[in-house]
Amino acid sequence: MSWIRKTAAEQADALAAGEVTSVELVQAHLDQIAATNGDLNAFLHVDVPGALAQAAASDERRSAGSPLHALDGVPIAIKDVLTTEGLPTTAGSRILEGWIPPYDGTVTARIKAAGLPILGKTNMDEFAMGSSTENSAYGPTRNPWDHDRIPGGSGGGSAAAVAAFQAPLAIGSDTGGSIRQPGAMTGTVGVKPTYGSVSRYGVIALANSLDQLGPVTRTVLDSALLHELIGGHDPKDSTSVPTPVTGLIEAAREGAKGDLSGLRVGVVKELQGDAWAPDVVERFEESVDILKKLGADVVEVSLPSFVHAMAAYYLILPAECSSNLAKFDAMRYGRRVTPEGSPSAEEVMKVSRDAGFGDEVKRRIIIGTYALSSGYYDAYYGQAQKIRTLIIEDFRRAFESVDVLVSPTAPTTAFPIGEKVDDPLSMYLQDLATIPANLAGVPGISVPSGTSREDGLPTGVQFLAPVLEDARLYRVGAALEAALLEQWGGPIVPAAYQSKESS
Amino acid sequence: MPELSRGEVRHLADLARIDLSDAELDHLAPQLNVILESVASIQGVAGDDVVPTSHPIPMTNVFREDVVVPCLTPEQALAAAPEREDDKFAVPRILGDEQ
Repeated sequence: MSWIRKTAAEQADALAAGEVTSVELVQAHLDQIAATNGDLNAFLHVDVPGALAQAAASDERRSAGSPLHALDGVPIAIKDVLTTEGLPTTAGSRILEGWIPPYDGTVTARIKAAGLPILGKTNMDEFAMGSSTENSAYGPTRNPWDHDRIPGGSGGGSAAAVAAFQAPLAIGSDTGGSIRQPGAMTGTVGVKPTYGSVSRYGVIALANSLDQLGPVTRTVLDSALLHELIGGHDPKDSTSVPTPVTGLIEAAREGAKGDLSGLRVGVVKELQGDAWAPDVVERFEESVDILKKLGADVVEVSLPSFVHAMAAYYLILPAECSSNLAKFDAMRYGRRVTPEGSPSAEEVMKVSRDAGFGDEVKRRIIIGTYALSSGYYDAYYGQAQKIRTLIIEDFRRAFESVDVLVSPTAPTTAFPIGEKVDDPLSMYLQDLATIPANLAGVPGISVPSGTSREDGLPTGVQFLAPVLEDARLYRVGAALEAALLEQWGGPIVPAAYQSKESS
Repeated sequence: MPELSRGEVRHLADLARIDLSDAELDHLAPQLNVILESVASIQGVAGDDVVPTSHPIPMTNVFREDVVVPCLTPEQALAAAPEREDDKFAVPRILGDEQ
């Protein structure tokens, strides 16, 4: 079996045992990227010399007996929303084309400090606005399971890269489901940590009160390994929570033993019904049955305010992003387009922003500007913030009677490229199940739940836990994963990426 | 729920400093109305007794010690400037024609 097929944990073990070098691992992944990225467009930028140099340095540390971290030498990909000193960072937008940040985001710095070679930057919907990666100014990412379909979004690049064995680990960002929904679409694992538990310093903000970086991997254990590496308090992020989130790796190992006795699982009543494709529901019910067999106590719970989550989200997010994206004014960095004559700074801003932003970004900025304008503020933004309170209260009540909540991650499997690109509402519905967690700050995980009987595409199941109880997600996620792997006889893998050996 | 007119969309875009073309207005205005219609359902859901939440986790402001720490050099800070003059960002004129 080639090295790229192995999990990050297996690659780390092989490095520790001296069975492989980091240079060999990195080269194998670079080869896979070279062979497949033309089709997938998962990476916007590949740093061949940088990744190989970091790998060589890792190998030197390893032979000197002083690796920096268990994952030292295991390659990783980073969503193009996080700054990387010396590497282009575009957030999928034309307005940042060619921008090379002069500093590392905190998560980038932690990855470098642990010695993980950075393969490159992954594609995304522009400024993380979207559920399909079609809103990238640099072309859509294609789903490794079917190149005519979307890989989910906004982090379709990270999810596709991991699903297609271009990288064992990737960083994603989740504002309303951008880690979890692509996980479901590509048969990979994605975790949105508790709000504030992973630093946002260096993240090009979409909506500050909702954004969270997290791991994108092929296994639950790999997510735990990466989550513990990137998490923890950061004085550079004023929203960083001081309490460390720990015990994740332990929880994943414990969960994989398959005993969920005593775990109370709540099936969310409001995340069922006609919006959910029958083949997604079928896989979901199968997962719930497995949880019961593993000893979990499964009940249905109601979180009545969830029905308003989407509307509240599509007011809060545009309001925050219309303010955030004001910084792209073509004055200090980013694309400047100068109209003819002797234009004023304001005219340059307007023309530059029109040329630099795509349709979805413009839609959200305008909606946000409207929602925040006097006369409409109370009716829209004010109401949305109150609904946020109601949703937080719903979670609090639900978690009095259950330990985790469960739902399908996304209402459908991956849809064809182009199908929803001019139908914003139907695109927004993709995040029906994932949005409430962002509004309340609670952590969530998406784990593959199989493939649809109808179209053969992957489906995902989502677990949610109370704030700072991320470890619960790893326990239940690893337990379900282990049971499903046994049932399937191995991981689910896109057909085109099943047997190609590249090292 | 008031429908956004073409003129109102243009005004909002002006406030947001986006120079929308006529074709873009034709394309975006109807989509914006569909979106606004779908979020209008929240009006009246929560009464006066519900406290608004701006942030998912309660927070207090934080300060750091007022000490000098390493920062970007002028060269680094200006590296991505669309236009520069000496150690400064160069910007187009900031006053309008009539000023």
